[in-house]
Amino acid sequence: MKRRQFLTVSAATVGGALVYTLDRRPYVVSAQDKPVRVPLRFFTEAEALDVAAAAARILPNDEAGPGANEAGVVIYIDRQLAGPYGRDRYRYTQGPFENGIPEQGYQGKATPREIYREGVRKIAGIAKLAAAEQDATLKQIETTSFFTLVKTHTIEGMFCDPMHGGNIDMIGWQLIGFPGPRMTYFEEVDSHYGNPFRPKPQSLRQIVGRPVKASEDEA
Amino acid sequence: MKTLPAVDAVIVGGGWTGLLMAQQLASRTSMSVVVLERGAPRKTSDYLDNMDELDYAIRLRMMQDISKETVTFRHSERDRALPVRQYGSFLPGAGVGGAGEHWSGISYRYVPDSFDLLTKTKEKYGAKRLPEDHAIQDWGVSYAALEPHYTRTERLMGISGKAGNLNGKLIEGGNIYEGPRSEEYPTPPMKMPYLAALFRDATKSLGYHPYPLPAATTSQPYTNPDGVSRAGCSYCGYCERYGCMIGAKSQPTNTLMPLLAKRKNFTLRPGCWVKRVTVEDGQARAVTYIDAAGEEVFQPAGIVFLASWTLNNTRLLMLSKVADPHKNLGRNLTHQISIPAATVFMEKPLNRFIGAGSAGIAMNDFDADVFDHSNVPFLRGGHIYTVCYGFRPMANFGVMPPSQKAAWGSAWKKAALDAYDRTGRISFYGEHLSYKGNVMDLDPVYKDAQGDPLLRLTLDWRDNERNMAKFMAEKATGIARAMGAREVTPFPGLKSYDATRYQSTHIQGGAIMGASPESSVVNSYLQHWHANNLFVIGSSAFPQNPSGNPTLTAMALTYRAADAIVERYVKRPGSLV
Ligand SMILES: Cc1cc2nc3c(=O)[nH]c(=O)nc-3n(C[C@H](O)[C@H](O)[C@H](O)COP(=O)(O)OP(=O)(O)OC[C@H]3O[C@@H](n4cnc5c(N)ncnc54)[C@H](O)[C@@H]3O)c2cc1C
Ligand code: SF4
Repeated sequence: MKRRQFLTVSAATVGGALVYTLDRRPYVVSAQDKPVRVPLRFFTEAEALDVAAAAARILPNDEAGPGANEAGVVIYIDRQLAGPYGRDRYRYTQGPFENGIPEQGYQGKATPREIYREGVRKIAGIAKLAAAEQDATLKQIETTSFFTLVKTHTIEGMFCDPMHGGNIDMIGWQLIGFPGPRMTYFEEVDSHYGNPFRPKPQSLRQIVGRPVKASEDEA
Repeated sequence: MKTLPAVDAVIVGGGWTGLLMAQQLASRTSMSVVVLERGAPRKTSDYLDNMDELDYAIRLRMMQDISKETVTFRHSERDRALPVRQYGSFLPGAGVGGAGEHWSGISYRYVPDSFDLLTKTKEKYGAKRLPEDHAIQDWGVSYAALEPHYTRTERLMGISGKAGNLNGKLIEGGNIYEGPRSEEYPTPPMKMPYLAALFRDATKSLGYHPYPLPAATTSQPYTNPDGVSRAGCSYCGYCERYGCMIGAKSQPTNTLMPLLAKRKNFTLRPGCWVKRVTVEDGQARAVTYIDAAGEEVFQPAGIVFLASWTLNNTRLLMLSKVADPHKNLGRNLTHQISIPAATVFMEKPLNRFIGAGSAGIAMNDFDADVFDHSNVPFLRGGHIYTVCYGFRPMANFGVMPPSQKAAWGSAWKKAALDAYDRTGRISFYGEHLSYKGNVMDLDPVYKDAQGDPLLRLTLDWRDNERNMAKFMAEKATGIARAMGAREVTPFPGLKSYDATRYQSTHIQGGAIMGASPESSVVNSYLQHWHANNLFVIGSSAFPQNPSGNPTLTAMALTYRAADAIVERYVKRPGSLV
């Protein structure tokens, strides 16, 4: 049997950081303060570290606020790849596979899992490089479909509901002032014209009061 | 194969049109009515759990399972069609309520002259102005004949809005370019989020005529004439692509199912995938389907209705080899033009997570033929609007103003954060004319999960659409400036049809209606010309695509057909025209 792989996410760095916010006022973002050891579902630990490093250069932790690592983006990506999305449950995958024109959309045979396995090989070891070298490595693959996927998934992992593994402690939502799911804005819809309205975010689980089944946990 | 006892009526598809037909037949007659829906059952209480962008707006949990069936697509008959492998330009619904569960609810009537488009355009501009390979034709029904059914539909759904033409009297603040309506909207307009208010004020200052979008996301609690009550909208923003968790958005499950559930002569069979209609000697006899357990079932019926949406209706007629002596089946494929005419970057935050599928403002000063087309390089037009349906962070983070070039890294992140809640869209919905080259047929190569050929779409834009889009993007850019946008990205232009860019799920044609069997598949009662007990309902019947969204018109046509069936056909079966 395959040895269980874990990833340790250290996220103590961001608690209390001042970030640049939408209303251009200093704003304190809270985050989990203990490192978390997360069992991996798809990546090996080395792969996870490399993908995490790439995601953190796309959305870095900087003076504008926390980034991909603090939000646990790689955990999100790992679960997506392990689940139905990763094996192309949401695509028509019957052949023949032919090259098309861009307006016909992606026609490849490779699943997201395969694109990642192949792509991570090309940036293997990136986690150990200094930031400038990491950027140089990513520059070389900037136009590949792998990079496009990593960028898309980084945004998704930053701003998804925390039940999907990313956006830990709703750190991404705090960064953009998004409240997450909410039952009503009836009073607020027309009473904040021109002013930021930034209620404290809540996750779907907090709103419904029980766990909700995520697509990555389906067959 | 299992054969079931015959029923009076079988309806294929449990979306807006199928369930409306079922409700009319089951409550106004004693007929036994069976609805076969290939998706799962649904109800309002399911929808609290769906306030999740990833699973619903990106993984598209409520849509037809694309791994089992899709369409193939090419630009012209010279090209090779390939499957649309992941959803892009449209999103077919599946499950009880169909796409009506996760629609936006923008509820337009079509303007009167769109029903006689060929006649009116020739009269005014001469046949020479019609595009070379056009396939434009009149509908065989007039706005006046549909008006009472539009009113019924608005009352059924509790549409919120403001009349602009009440029995011929023009009313400031409503859409003064609409056709005359016999009644005011049943509920007052929606409240306006900030971006929509900015758009309203800017268009007014430019001398245009803005009005609140007609909305099925009802603005206040409402009880319809059938006695069905629904809550008012709370602007939660989980609306387009989601079902409404409080039942404020009118959906088949909260508007029609409460009535149907009480009818003993009505049966809903979810999980049933219809494969064929049997037509013999000019009469539909039965449908064949695979049931939820995977068994093949033969269901004989007195009347068969196809209500499985544009593409499925067309495909089922083709797979079933229903008579088509004049080669009308599959033609006049259209897809409403839908573009982000201008993306605006504002100075102040917009709180764009607040909104509803149809909370917004539109202006029709460039719609249809309300302005003179003698000196513009296109016919017809559409509406310029802004809708605040609830800004989704994953879909919108990283939309950059033109001055920002970074694509990732710190500079990108900073600019994206700055732009995030200041970004808005001025959109355009436009008329799509029909052309001889834009058609559907069965794909010779690719198959669905049952082994049946996929539907093949041959579809591309012509200069009429390209020139119209360019004109509207310029107008929208002017509005953006008047709104005080600090930067604007105008729509770069329509080139060739792009199956990867979401447009709208407003695809029409394939089994078009008309005045004669030589030029259409169904008559104005949606009755098949060559099998009078086969009705093909929904926007597959539209000969071309007027600028507005289709559902209200599809519903009005369904009501009109239901009246004719209940009042005439059941007493004396035969052609209704
Ligand atoms: C995201 C989105 C937003 C929209 N917004 C708007 C809007 O703002 N305004 C507007 O007017 N319209 C809008 N629409 C379009 C609107 O939803 C449709 O026009 C309307 O729902 C069509 O109703 P219908 O009954 O014809 O088909 P549908 O609602 O699509 O129902 C057809 C049903 O048939 C079933 N079916 C298909 N094939 C088979 C088969 N072989 N056997 C058994 N069952 C089958 C499907 O599962 C489906 O449930 C939107 C659509 C989408 C997806
Ligand atoms: S925005 Fe309104 S109508 Fe839409 S889902 Fe939310 S409450 Fe329902």
